[in-house]
Amino acid sequence: MRRFILHRLGVLIPTLVFVSMMIFGLQQLLPGDPALALAGEDRDPQVIQFLRARYHLDQPLPVRYAYWIGGVLHGDLGESIRIQRPVAELVLEKLPVTGELTVLAMLIALAIGIPAGIVAAVKRGTAWDVAANVVALWGLSTPNFWLGILMILLFSVHLGWLPASGFVSPAESLWGNLATLIMPAFVLGNAIAAVIMRHTRSAMLQVMRSDYVRTARAKGLSERVVILKHGLRNALGPVITLGALEFGQLLSGAVLTEQVFTIPGFGKLVVDAVFNRDYAVVQGVVLCTASFYILLNLAADLLYVVINPRLRA
Amino acid sequence: MTGEVLSSGPRTAEPGPWVRETRRFLWRLGRRKTTLVGGAVVLLFLALAIFAPLLAPYDPIAGNWATVRKAPSAAHWLGTDELGRDMLSRIIWGARASLSAGCVSVGLALALGVPMGLAAGYAGGWTEAILMRLTDAMLAIPFLILAIALATFLGPSLTNAMMAIGISATPVFVRLTRGQVISAKVEDYVEAARALGNPPLRIAVRHILPNVLPPILVQATLTIAAAIIAEASLSFLGLGQQPPQPSWGSMLNVAKGFLNQAPWMALSPGAAIFIVVLAFNMLGDGLRDALDPRD
Repeated sequence: MRRFILHRLGVLIPTLVFVSMMIFGLQQLLPGDPALALAGEDRDPQVIQFLRARYHLDQPLPVRYAYWIGGVLHGDLGESIRIQRPVAELVLEKLPVTGELTVLAMLIALAIGIPAGIVAAVKRGTAWDVAANVVALWGLSTPNFWLGILMILLFSVHLGWLPASGFVSPAESLWGNLATLIMPAFVLGNAIAAVIMRHTRSAMLQVMRSDYVRTARAKGLSERVVILKHGLRNALGPVITLGALEFGQLLSGAVLTEQVFTIPGFGKLVVDAVFNRDYAVVQGVVLCTASFYILLNLAADLLYVVINPRLRA
Repeated sequence: MTGEVLSSGPRTAEPGPWVRETRRFLWRLGRRKTTLVGGAVVLLFLALAIFAPLLAPYDPIAGNWATVRKAPSAAHWLGTDELGRDMLSRIIWGARASLSAGCVSVGLALALGVPMGLAAGYAGGWTEAILMRLTDAMLAIPFLILAIALATFLGPSLTNAMMAIGISATPVFVRLTRGQVISAKVEDYVEAARALGNPPLRIAVRHILPNVLPPILVQATLTIAAAIIAEASLSFLGLGQQPPQPSWGSMLNVAKGFLNQAPWMALSPGAAIFIVVLAFNMLGDGLRDALDPRD
């Protein structure tokens, strides 16, 4: 177990270094001299020289990277040129909103995906199985921003049941919070539910063919106990690790969902930054997302070892 | 009797293993109706994209103030948009942006990812270690976030969006190719090619690559579906195809502002994305099942 953790950490560090290099390298894709762009229309040579020295633009690329990563390691992700505030502060401010949205989306995905996967596996080849597979294919093929628009059309414009946009903090009103988040969370969780359903079905099919399930049936246990206690418990391992990995995809999807429902979260922050050419914010958000995703990967691997005793040896 | 016929008649050559495999593959592919439907829909959209100038009933760019936000009718089957442009014509022309984004970006991902995976899997050692850490780093950034970041820094345009999607999709092909190459390089035919004195590059390209291509092609089909959604997402955010050129994603972005007045504007572009992505997913699933040796 210790060797496994050390090995995973050994892989994780170079990956993080490569990620940081890539994100730093994004700046180099920008055409032109940043000092000229920052100097304004006058382009005073003294100002340009000052800016070059201040932002280390007169230094070679590896030195500039060293300055940048040194700042990142001290929690300095740069400053937003639009809002004039530290990027780290903005990220921390928006994170709880996106965190709540993604957790709710994951709960919805699990609540739909796992039961649908069980039913599809247990009733393999029947209309239930076909229906579950059709729904999964539908979930995988529907762009979440379109589903969001359709839901707004139905539940906000047509029926008037839910607000079309905005966000209410849970501290302000719990019901208001749920009303503003339920549609975006469903939209976000929809595609993940399809993935979880497919994996649950496949894991259940494998488990239900195993000897211990046959033994459980031979002992005369009810089918319900066999499925839930012997089947599902053993099939859940890969599904849980997959769920952890899918959290990263939820962050990706949140960018679009927050845009459709005008939720002031992480995704909205990055889209606003894109339109305002606020590159430090884009870099900061990508770096935080990637680091979070890498740590989730590690957590998923460790979780898999913890729930599978055979791998601990 | 049969023996006489066979010996006296013209000698018919037995189909080779490649022909037999292809026949079996086509039979398995045709067995699933969903695969055939998926393939037919993909072909239909390809035809729409290629023959858009002939099929579109109206100019997709020229506005008409007399037909602003008209509901679907006999003259405009899918209605008109906020500038009076025919929605059907824009959907047909939009197929070009979506399908070219899907195909070009996956082509780019294949062109980058397959040689990298081949090199990593066959060479091993430091080549593999460096390429795989680079791949892990790219995989560590969620697909759409990486595409958004690249498109932001490259600048908003369809070409840059395709590049961004292609680069973001590359690591999947590196990993897949490497995995396939690692299991193929210990096969007897590779050992035989090596024993005959073939150089490593020739063994990798002429002997290993053709044998590892099927799963890569399945992945390519499924990735086209993801790339089409990614292009629509980038266009929806304003980072893909720029107005007034039609794109399904940017059409949805505009439609979002007119949900009360013109809901039809939001229906057809989303339905087009959904149908074409569903078709590619059905085709990809069918290809995967047809190539599955366990079947």
